[in-house]
Amino acid sequence: MASVKNILIVADSLQLSLSLQQTSEEQGLTDVNDRTAQQLIGNEDLHQMLDSNKDSLKLEAMKRIVGMIAKGKNASELFPAVVKNVASKNIEVCSIYCEVLDAEQKEPLIEIIEKLLKDKSTLVAGSVVMSFEEVCPERIDLIHKNYRKLCNLLVDVEEWGQVVIINMLTRYARTQFLSPWKEEEMLDENNEKAFYDSDEDQNKNGVAAKKPYIMDPDHRLLLRNTRPLLQSRNAAVVMGVAQLYWHLAPKSEVNIVAKSLVRLLRSHREVQYIVLQNIATMTIRNKGMFEPYLKSFYIRSTDPTQIKILKLEILTNLTSETNISIVLREFQTYVKSQDKQFAAATIQAIGRCATNISEVTDTCLNGLVYLLSNRDENVVAESVVVIKKLLQTQPSQHSEIIKHMAKLLGNITVPMARASILWLIGEYCERVPKIAPDVLRKVAKSFTTEEEIVKLQILNLGAKLCLTNPKQTKLLMQYILNVAKYDQNYDIRDRTRFIKQLIVPNEKSGALSKYAKKIFLVQKPAPVLESPFKDRDRFQLSTLSHTLNTKANGYLELPEWPESAPDPSVRNVEVIQPVKLVTPVGKLKGKKDNLDGKFYSDSEEQEDSSQSSESSSESESDSKNEDSSSSSSEESSGSESEKEEQKEESEYSNSENNKTKTKPKKLNSATSSESEDSSSEDSSESENDSNPENTVTQKKEEKKAVSVVKTAKQEISLLDLVDFSDVSTPVTLPKPVMASRLAADLEGLSLSSTAAVIDVATPVFVPPKSYTLLHRMSGKGLGAEYHFSRQQCIYNSKMVSVQIILTNNSDKEIRNIRIGERKLASGMRIHDFYEIDCLEPGTSKTASMGIDFCDSTQAANFVLCTCNDQFSVTVQPPVGELLLPVTTSEKDFKKEQGKLTGMNENSTAITGSPQNSSSQAIVHKVVNMANVGVVPSGQDNIHRFAAKTVNSGSLVLITIEVKEGSTMQLRINTEKSVIGSVLLRELKSVLSQD
Amino acid sequence: MLMAGIGFVLLPEFERSQLSECSSSTVAMLMEFPLEFHRFEDYFGTCSEVAIKDNVVVVYEVLEEMLDNGFPLATESNILKELIRPPTILRTVVNTITGSTNVGDHLPTGQLSVVPWRRTGVRYANNEAYFDVVEEIDAIIDKSGSTVFAEIQGVIDACVKLTGMPDLTLSFTNPRLLDDVSFHPCVRFKRWESERILSFIPPDGNFRLLSYHVSSQNLVAIPVYVKHNITFRDGSSMGRFEITVGPKQTMGKMVEGTVVTSQLPKVVLNMNLTSTQGNYTFDPVTKILSWDIGKINPQKLPSLKGSMSLQAGTPKPDENPNINIQFKIQQLAISGLKVNRLDMYGEKYKPFKGIKYMTKAGKFQVRT
Repeated sequence: MASVKNILIVADSLQLSLSLQQTSEEQGLTDVNDRTAQQLIGNEDLHQMLDSNKDSLKLEAMKRIVGMIAKGKNASELFPAVVKNVASKNIEVCSIYCEVLDAEQKEPLIEIIEKLLKDKSTLVAGSVVMSFEEVCPERIDLIHKNYRKLCNLLVDVEEWGQVVIINMLTRYARTQFLSPWKEEEMLDENNEKAFYDSDEDQNKNGVAAKKPYIMDPDHRLLLRNTRPLLQSRNAAVVMGVAQLYWHLAPKSEVNIVAKSLVRLLRSHREVQYIVLQNIATMTIRNKGMFEPYLKSFYIRSTDPTQIKILKLEILTNLTSETNISIVLREFQTYVKSQDKQFAAATIQAIGRCATNISEVTDTCLNGLVYLLSNRDENVVAESVVVIKKLLQTQPSQHSEIIKHMAKLLGNITVPMARASILWLIGEYCERVPKIAPDVLRKVAKSFTTEEEIVKLQILNLGAKLCLTNPKQTKLLMQYILNVAKYDQNYDIRDRTRFIKQLIVPNEKSGALSKYAKKIFLVQKPAPVLESPFKDRDRFQLSTLSHTLNTKANGYLELPEWPESAPDPSVRNVEVIQPVKLVTPVGKLKGKKDNLDGKFYSDSEEQEDSSQSSESSSESESDSKNEDSSSSSSEESSGSESEKEEQKEESEYSNSENNKTKTKPKKLNSATSSESEDSSSEDSSESENDSNPENTVTQKKEEKKAVSVVKTAKQEISLLDLVDFSDVSTPVTLPKPVMASRLAADLEGLSLSSTAAVIDVATPVFVPPKSYTLLHRMSGKGLGAEYHFSRQQCIYNSKMVSVQIILTNNSDKEIRNIRIGERKLASGMRIHDFYEIDCLEPGTSKTASMGIDFCDSTQAANFVLCTCNDQFSVTVQPPVGELLLPVTTSEKDFKKEQGKLTGMNENSTAITGSPQNSSSQAIVHKVVNMANVGVVPSGQDNIHRFAAKTVNSGSLVLITIEVKEGSTMQLRINTEKSVIGSVLLRELKSVLSQD
Repeated sequence: MLMAGIGFVLLPEFERSQLSECSSSTVAMLMEFPLEFHRFEDYFGTCSEVAIKDNVVVVYEVLEEMLDNGFPLATESNILKELIRPPTILRTVVNTITGSTNVGDHLPTGQLSVVPWRRTGVRYANNEAYFDVVEEIDAIIDKSGSTVFAEIQGVIDACVKLTGMPDLTLSFTNPRLLDDVSFHPCVRFKRWESERILSFIPPDGNFRLLSYHVSSQNLVAIPVYVKHNITFRDGSSMGRFEITVGPKQTMGKMVEGTVVTSQLPKVVLNMNLTSTQGNYTFDPVTKILSWDIGKINPQKLPSLKGSMSLQAGTPKPDENPNINIQFKIQQLAISGLKVNRLDMYGEKYKPFKGIKYMTKAGKFQVRT
């Protein structure tokens, strides 16, 4: 923060120096302006410059105009020339332009903003929305037509622009869409329905007919397009998306922002402060959201006090029956903190936990009573105050505590604490009948030296005792009343007179004294201990008003959801914008060899150029292929594989081109009927992604612009695997095998001790399948499951990495969980997981171990030890987990396969049904069963997978050929014949299943 | 306007009634923007008061570009450097003679393209790309030595000096470790979502490619342990202080750069300690003890012991001081994260590539 201060100071002094004298620096700064003033008597050349088609000249002209205006000269005659430049795509020109205009000219300004909003460039979007928010935030109608475009552009806008657009769209969505929450409230009553609903957001549109509430597709579009921004490095963007989800998303979806917000806590403490404040507000309404991150809010002694108190607030909000014990244990540490303000806040927090969770009230009370003997006065005082509040909620069984507090009265000097004790004794004087009068006697003596707040409570105590125990206290009270009558403080004199009339009966006292008992000893309602963040909800998150908890000037209230949805058709755009149509080959290139920057934007930014550049970019790609092949021929003969790969690749792209050429014809003939072709189904779906309403109109458009359709098709055929298959495999994306030279480079760079395995590929994503290691019944509460992480083992490259999830189902903590004695077949080895010191009840921990199975399916037996028990357990590896996927090209695959024939080959025929012989199904099944890599295949009916065994590194090659009548030929080539045959058997059973 | 806002929020005593909300900026933005001031480090090497005073003109110019009419605009360092060239001695001389400024003549080329973070026409004689995988362990260890809370946060910082428009892909052997990630805007998010591959056209020079959080499912290996025995006695004017630091789960690597700091309670007047290794300092004003150990030798564990002289007549503090530890372990990413390969497309030359791993202590605190 020091740097900011410095800059502020410097900026200040800079301004001073500017106004005081002409320094050389200032001359430099205002150089341009000076020249402007001297040179420009007439404005003709400025006109010329503005009309020129060079951005630099325009910019220069604009700068000069700004200079003129700054000097108070009239530049109004240049206005039309300037307006013309509004359409410029150059951000610099636009932003300067905004400065040129006078605030009074709001109407023309709005026109300009309207015009600029239509701009499709990501460069303009941020600035223009910023101007919109400053000039005319109420003109929500200007957004309608641009809404979808803004949503789609959002990812590519620069960060600061994103913040502003997100903020604006939040308000927009609140005025245009129906509340997604009402439905949930209804559904909550019907649990079953809610259950089905929660995980099927994607289907929401589809099953809409059955439901009363359908989320507007535009609403969904906004939520979907902002979601990736949670991964932004800019805290303001992440916070913006978080508040957008908070204010707009269905309750079931809000939770996704929690993880990102927790990440922001690593940022500077200023950012931390804002984020924690917002989290505090969120946790009040939605506890479950941050519960998994409870430990991220644990407090370090090095945190600044403000941060500590906010974290404490959040921890308190998050406590529930399940986690209260660990939170209280944390609180115990905090209470001892040297930071006394924080320690006091912790006591308050304990009090709140005690009232919220009745199970721990007694524990908390005892803890607080213990704190009463703390040396620090503030801690004691805070404890007394909190105990008072707690006792009030359940006074019945706590006379012991009251007695204890009465004893402490002599030592406690903090007025608030003394007053609280006196009040407590007075309130429950009937429970401590012997002590109460004595306390009154003591404080009567010291009455004159007490603080006002204590004096008032002495009067109260006296009055109550007079009513319940007049015999012992009447005289004492008389004395106190007499002293108090002459007190300096008006309040005390006033109270004395009032109490005297009520409790000392005389002729004059009216009817009220009859009711004195009712007045003083009425049952008081217990105070509610609640969060100071309770009512912050009324402000939009992430605003200044929310931070300050007061309405700041200029705060725009977040509108309530409308009762009925405004017409959604206002957002339809007449001129269809083929949003996702990016130059096809550019896209392809981006995917394949990532040459082209165009890949970055999914937006319509390139729309103008897409048609014209179509042919040119195609030829470009041709020439590129030539380039690359020529370059590869230049390379040394050692890189043969790379050359082959590239050939492969160019073949591939040729076939791809052929495909796309045929497709438009098909579409033309099929016109509006849905073609059954799966890729076209995908295409309509993926277009829905970006432009949900436009599909029908877009189809028409497709007819007109065949080339455009072609672009879309091609892109989609690439996309569909990525977006719509549950196992994402690189099948259609032939990954160039790393040339041996490059591999060698990398190998040299990787600094790990084990020899780098170059060809090991990233495993395909499949949900891990877990097996039971130790059942909780036989493990005396300790349950263990294991799964294979399919990663290279970090301990040893010959080991299989096994993740063990240990769960404590008992009600006691389990200590010292480790691996003990092991009974292994010869050659097998185990790398233990790190000993788990303590496993809390109800929690689970993941431990990672490595086992070298020596490429056999024999089980690893070992003993799982805890501090008290020993359990014999067994890890049985499925054959598919003894492998690691490798990448290879089709050529290499065939070459290797040629070496592994005869003895090393196992094959079998499988009869399957049509649905399980689709390539999707086959890839899915094989990859699920075995940790293998998918080898790109040139033929549709042949699937190839490659892997190597973990221990010996022998290749395992799997080939599945789909023949007519949905029979399949399965072939496995490996020198490990046992693995080969077991794998064959298992794959066969998997593949013949439905 | 925005700058003023920063001042307002940071001054708690400022009268709140005078604050006004700016409809188009959020508080998070106010707080985040000043962090962009580290740009000045790019410009001047350091961001000190002296550096800013010396380069006041450049600071002014850069701020003007970063803040457009009070709103943050161009904060990408590549663009800024093209708009306002960083000061050099030669340029200063030329400027003084000719009266010109550091303001660039041309609009930044990158800003109008789809890769605004990269300038065009980059040329290098040696093409090189370095990636540093740096992981920090945040942990709270309780009195008994068990872990209350531990997590791993990592970043990949890159220094890329490559000619032209290279397109890089970086893949991990075990991307599933990464739980929560945030990217430099250059990273293609969709590619990550579908294939767990980092694909990007890098900015020129230094940048942070990725920061990540390792999923809390995995058990965090704690590389060091601290044995401590700190006692204050009531009424006595002396206290005992003894700590020993040792390696725990280091995967066979050396723990280096170890520094132990502790904020001692106010009652401690001075400390009289002896260390078996490294130097210690105790500041009697701030009460901060700092012990610079350096490398930890597993055969001969460093320890620091001795006595504390306490203020007479004051009661003993409630809490023993917490111990903060900093350390570094070279050539190790404690989470086990490993870069699988780095490929370059789009350019024909062969770059020199380097990947370095390091593990550091983040907020590593031991409660005593």
